[in-house]
Amino acid sequence: MSKKVLMKGNEAMCLAAIMAGCKAYFGYPITPQNEIPEYMSQHMEESGGVFIQAESEIAAINMVYGAAAGGVRAMTSSSSPGIALKQEGISYLVGSDLPCVIVSVSRGGPGLGGILPSQADYFQSTRGGGNGDYYIPVYAPSSVQESVDLTIKSFEIADKYRTPVMVLVDGLLGQMMEPVEIKDYKPTLIEKPWATNGDSGRRKRNIVNSLSLNAEGLEETNLRRFEKYKEILKTEEMVENHVKDGDEMAIVAYGTPSRIVLNAIDILAEQGIKAGLIRPVTLWPFPYSTFANLPSSVKNILVCELSMGQMIEDVRQGVQGKHPIHFYGRTGGVIFSPEEIAKKAAEVAKGGA
Amino acid sequence: MSKVVYEKSRGLTDVPMFYCPGCTHGIIHKLVAETLVELDVLEKTIAIAPVGCSVLAYEYFNCDCIQASHGRAPAVASGLKRTNPDKIVFTYQGDGDLAAIGTSEIVHSAHRGDNVTVIFVNNAIYGMTGGQMAPTTLTDMKTSTSPFGRGTASSGIPIKVSEMLSQLPSVAYIERVSTHDVAHVRAAKKAIKKAFTYQMEGRGFTMVELLSSCNIGYGVSPVESLSFIKDAMIPYYPLGIYKDVS
Amino acid sequence: MKATYSASGQTLIFEENLCKGCDLCAHVCPKKILTLDKSRVNAKGYNPMTCFDIDKCIACGMCGIMCPDSVITVLKEEKAV
Repeated sequence: MSKKVLMKGNEAMCLAAIMAGCKAYFGYPITPQNEIPEYMSQHMEESGGVFIQAESEIAAINMVYGAAAGGVRAMTSSSSPGIALKQEGISYLVGSDLPCVIVSVSRGGPGLGGILPSQADYFQSTRGGGNGDYYIPVYAPSSVQESVDLTIKSFEIADKYRTPVMVLVDGLLGQMMEPVEIKDYKPTLIEKPWATNGDSGRRKRNIVNSLSLNAEGLEETNLRRFEKYKEILKTEEMVENHVKDGDEMAIVAYGTPSRIVLNAIDILAEQGIKAGLIRPVTLWPFPYSTFANLPSSVKNILVCELSMGQMIEDVRQGVQGKHPIHFYGRTGGVIFSPEEIAKKAAEVAKGGA
Repeated sequence: MSKVVYEKSRGLTDVPMFYCPGCTHGIIHKLVAETLVELDVLEKTIAIAPVGCSVLAYEYFNCDCIQASHGRAPAVASGLKRTNPDKIVFTYQGDGDLAAIGTSEIVHSAHRGDNVTVIFVNNAIYGMTGGQMAPTTLTDMKTSTSPFGRGTASSGIPIKVSEMLSQLPSVAYIERVSTHDVAHVRAAKKAIKKAFTYQMEGRGFTMVELLSSCNIGYGVSPVESLSFIKDAMIPYYPLGIYKDVS
Repeated sequence: MKATYSASGQTLIFEENLCKGCDLCAHVCPKKILTLDKSRVNAKGYNPMTCFDIDKCIACGMCGIMCPDSVITVLKEEKAV
């Protein structure tokens, strides 16, 4: 059984979280993600969960830390400067191997920046702002439907690998309304024998902790975590690759801008320029191998981001100098048009850029 | 037949404590542990200790434990307790933690009336990092970052946490006690027991502030540090119940 | 290492290797029968606390209450009624 509903991206992710068995949501108001705490304040209790509007983003992520330590599926959400504040908590969640989902609806920066859509938080999401050796899986949906599917998946991945997972959308997707197919879904909840849920009468006591004063001990913990990362890199990478043999250009974009790129590709086709889209769905793990194995017909790669160029560094690492890489971006909340991208791509194709 | 007058509580593990000789953290740990055993809730308790001297408290309390980031324990407690309402949750925080970096979290946990217990250990100094000035450091008191004595013109007048938090309407119970002699230690235990009992009854936010010592930080002997609590701290931080909903 | 001091009605047991020689127990002892043994050190390198006159001990338990490191166990003989 499934039903089709018209939903805003932000609200659809909430619905997905509740479907996925999220029992705790902690948030703090910040534009453009306010529909998330609003939706959760209305629906968490009826689904047997808890909602707290925290006093800050820092408190919210630490509430997630507490709820996750206790073994329940927990989520927080915020936008760029708020995600910056959560970084300490994210590092602690990683350091204590706690699962949770963080929805990041990004806006222009740096500083207070603006409230319009941006992708300038690619580094913040994939490189982390917290201290220490770590990565977290980052999903970048490009439609409301996909934001539902990937939010559900994020809870599964978080529990499976005991890691925070981020769903990164730009403000555009958060605010956009689209029809969504809601399928029947029953979450599979796994045992969490490590949880500090006050059940030490029935097992040995549990400790949730990221402190290790012994250097060798901490190294060992980090090495073990990176073994887990190896597994994630091997199995969890997601990418949508439309580049066909014969295409002379690959255009790379993630999130909603990838849809603008698809329109640009249509314009280019009318001009006789064959281009294909590559859309990384997981930003970490990044689909490097896709870029290492492009058809030989590809003469140029154009990376399009709503930023000054951040993902382009990963594209470079994937391409490893085999193809020339070009960039087109708008920043500060300005969204590029298909025509702008087509114009840039045509210049690149002519060898002019 | 011999009767046990005093023995180590099973609420504590066998791990030797790393606290400095004569540090009253050890006494306070014992009071909390004994209380949890006497109330028969040890096995359903989760202790949360953030950064500071008591960062290793998870090694000592014989129950589930969470180590939290500096100042954030009350937020962690909120998230945990709301999702495990039938369990006992307490934070164990020093004054550098609770009264400085963690002011936002403690104020709002109290403001929300979270049904948790806060064990607030106030020794008027940062112990772990080497005896720096805390918001609770007494006026004119010398520390490693107030070498000429705490100047109120630049650093303000020491913060009175119990008085401040007791103003919040959602708070159920706040008492300030001391650890400088046996009679006061016994009274401290009574207060701790009351706080946890209130939590078991679902009355809301409870906090016990324990005046404690840091003889290394003060540069005196352990015994002299007890006199410091009695003669210097208590006159500025009066003992007593600041809020009690009963 | 346990050091046991026993008299007819009362027993003190010191878990000597846990003692940090802080002197708090001796300070609160109403009978002033506890003292650090300056002639030796324990596994931690501290002079351990000892009892030099267990006969005077009244098994009040105050030393145990004040010891931060749970070194001391205090036992009292219950008189048969």
